[in-house]
Amino acid sequence: MSRIEISQIGVIAAKEFRERLRNRWVLAVACVFTVFALVIAYFGSAQQGAVGFRGIDVTIASLVSLVIYLVPLIALILGYDAIVGERERGSLELLLSLPLTRLELLLGKFVGLAGALGVATVAGFGLAGVLLFYQLGGEALYHYGGFIASSFLLGLAFLSMAVMVSVLAQDRMRASGAAIALWFFYVLVYDLLLLGILVVSEGRFGMDFFPVLLLLNPADIFRILNIFGFEEVRQLYGLATVFPETLANPWLLGAIMMSWIVAPLAVATWRFK
Amino acid sequence: MSLIELRGVHKRYGDVAAVAGVDLEIAEGEMFGLIGHNGAGKSTLFKMLLGLVSPSAGEICIGGQAVRGEAFRQVRRGIGYLPESLALYDNLSGLETLQFFARLKGADLAGCQPLLNRVGLAPAAAKRVRDYSKGMRQRLGFAQALLGSPRLLFLDEPTNGLDPQGILEFYRMLHELRSGGVTVVITSHILAEIQQRVDRLALMRNGRIQALGTVQALRAVRDLPLTLRIVLRAGAAETLRAALSAQDFCDVEIKDGIAHVHCLHSRKMVLLGVLAGLGAQVEDVEMREPSLEDVFLGYTDETS
Repeated sequence: MSRIEISQIGVIAAKEFRERLRNRWVLAVACVFTVFALVIAYFGSAQQGAVGFRGIDVTIASLVSLVIYLVPLIALILGYDAIVGERERGSLELLLSLPLTRLELLLGKFVGLAGALGVATVAGFGLAGVLLFYQLGGEALYHYGGFIASSFLLGLAFLSMAVMVSVLAQDRMRASGAAIALWFFYVLVYDLLLLGILVVSEGRFGMDFFPVLLLLNPADIFRILNIFGFEEVRQLYGLATVFPETLANPWLLGAIMMSWIVAPLAVATWRFK
Repeated sequence: MSLIELRGVHKRYGDVAAVAGVDLEIAEGEMFGLIGHNGAGKSTLFKMLLGLVSPSAGEICIGGQAVRGEAFRQVRRGIGYLPESLALYDNLSGLETLQFFARLKGADLAGCQPLLNRVGLAPAAAKRVRDYSKGMRQRLGFAQALLGSPRLLFLDEPTNGLDPQGILEFYRMLHELRSGGVTVVITSHILAEIQQRVDRLALMRNGRIQALGTVQALRAVRDLPLTLRIVLRAGAAETLRAALSAQDFCDVEIKDGIAHVHCLHSRKMVLLGVLAGLGAQVEDVEMREPSLEDVFLGYTDETS
């Protein structure tokens, strides 16, 4: 087993991060987050017949839907060609001829891309947060900070999956297909599938382990993390009836989210030989 | 003293034997050529030498160190590699590219700019690689291989994309490096380029080393004919033909007052004697040794 040199991880990570800064990826994503966050925060209550900035609970509930669609997609796009792209271009061979192990390369890529995603997320939602601060007051910032942190964790979970795909895929085309399939499955299909099972079985099947099934989807963990704390929103989402309070501990949910970050990376490391 | 040692090296991909039993030693300071058709096993051998793929069987050592594991990491710092399909990062400038590789290699960053100067890229140091021509990329790739003053260079088709002037400069630099004791392992499809420059070469075919030695030794083994181009005075063609027919030379073609005679090495002096006997009827003589390409084709024709 080779020793891990942190400096090698740092060199790869710095290059990845600088490239994303230079090609304005970070700026573009941050702008998208800011604009969408403000628009959704303002118009999020339109269904209830009102517009304008309302309480932090309603604002975060509105933003959660945005993040669940947008952040996984951006993370998957960011990472799907991390390794397969280097392999296809031919630069992987040159990198691995240097005093650099595959694990260092993989971790360096992940850290660099995570840095770019983190800066875009914090800058994008942070700017929106500053504007919201004037409308909602300082107390709301605490919840909003948690929302940003969990958005970043959600992004990392999908970035980790993307890096795994980039190791497993034979070419970039297949990697992009697999990344899109993951997004469809976790963001669009998974909850519908669970709901479908519940409806078809008229609640007889799956009620016991339904909460556990929700934890098998990082997007659902993110949703629970952000809306379980607000009573009104919890009722609105119907979560109170299906998700036990014991499982809703933020530390437990955070730990499960962390395992969603670590597990795909571990598979990627194992397969990247 | 051998810097590189390969003992019974095999590499199989499923049922296909990409390398099928290679034993080889390359001495320190040697310029060693590796030639062969596409698919002969050169690239796989290169990848195994660099530790990019593991041999299915056999042992590879560089500087006495097995090409695997943590201990080989230190050896890698002293190896330069220029791959055949060079891919660099378009968003980085030439200088940033070198600095990136220098950091990974643990080389001095202060050496990057002088290296760019050395390969003729100083004016383009701040330019992004996406704006580089193919030749400039190749120069940058070569500069990358020279980072950290390596003692061993692996160069896979290093003159790809270089113009004639660039090729000359490249081989001049390679000559300097070699004079400084650097060991070079080089592959090229342009055999004329390397035949004058390598100390020894290995000809690979079907994953095996089919021939190994100096260019002269390989020529001698094949005993390929020399070619003499003889410019004759008007009316001397028949005289030459008559003189040569008595000596039973391999092959004679005469057209428009110019004769091409192919003759075995062992008969060279006899042929020159015949030409001397013709005196003023011969205006000029040029002699061409069999090229490395002739040797290569001789070997490959034999096995096919």
